[in-house]
Amino acid sequence: MSPLHICLLISSALFCIGLTGALARSNTILVLLGIELMLNAANLNFIAFWKYGPEPSAGLGVVFVLFSIAVAAAEAAVGLALIIAIYRHQRSIRLQEATRLKG
Amino acid sequence: MLPLIAIATVMLAATAVAMSLRNLIHSALLLIVSWFGTAAFYLWAGAEFVAFGQVLVYVGAVSMIVLFAVLLTRRSRTDLALTPDSAARAAAGILAGLAAFSVMAFAIARTPLEVVGDGAVPSITVREIGTQLMGPHAVSLLAVGVLLTVALLGGVVIAASDSRRASRANPQSASRMPQSR
Repeated sequence: MSPLHICLLISSALFCIGLTGALARSNTILVLLGIELMLNAANLNFIAFWKYGPEPSAGLGVVFVLFSIAVAAAEAAVGLALIIAIYRHQRSIRLQEATRLKG
Repeated sequence: MLPLIAIATVMLAATAVAMSLRNLIHSALLLIVSWFGTAAFYLWAGAEFVAFGQVLVYVGAVSMIVLFAVLLTRRSRTDLALTPDSAARAAAGILAGLAAFSVMAFAIARTPLEVVGDGAVPSITVREIGTQLMGPHAVSLLAVGVLLTVALLGGVVIAASDSRRASRANPQSASRMPQSR
């Protein structure tokens, strides 16, 4: 059991907690936060492989995580704007009640 | 190894409790703890710049957006506790999560991962990251900039209340929801 194994196990545990939250909760905000947690778990993997990889001085893992954080931030902003638009139309953000796309 | 275990314990416990709480504000605050834990992991791994980026973007910006979304989508002043989800849905979600974790843990434990480096904390300066970003990854950097701009504009367009078009198309519904302007 190398330290890399432990890092990967931690990040997969984080991923599965996010997956459980995204599947089990019916509040749209919590589902979005679960997706954010899954993206975070992927970033942990990038950093772990960068740390224990053959060439950490190249910095590829760090650059990739920076791009991933930028994309995750854009996704969070658009997702929460969608939640607010859904709330304006349906007066609710429960997933089960958001069954129409047309406002 | 001990700091890693401590960071992981705090991070995973905060995340699990946040995903199971009934109160959305408490969930968001606990997720801030979880994101701090992720930043601590990056610091432990020697990626300081990413850790500060994580604190800036997640702890600073995303948590604020989430708190604003929670406050903007309440029905009343006391409407913070969620109605409980159905037990079958929760059980199915937990079952799916456990199944995915067992598959991944099995695969990770069976994979012989050889640590090539000596395990020392790697160091990369901000100057090197900047050279990487502006040199080989300049196109990606520009694409991310365009993506962020488009996402910002899209978010504003989606979330903005189009009251003029709504009142022209359907005056009754627009006058029924005066608070949406």
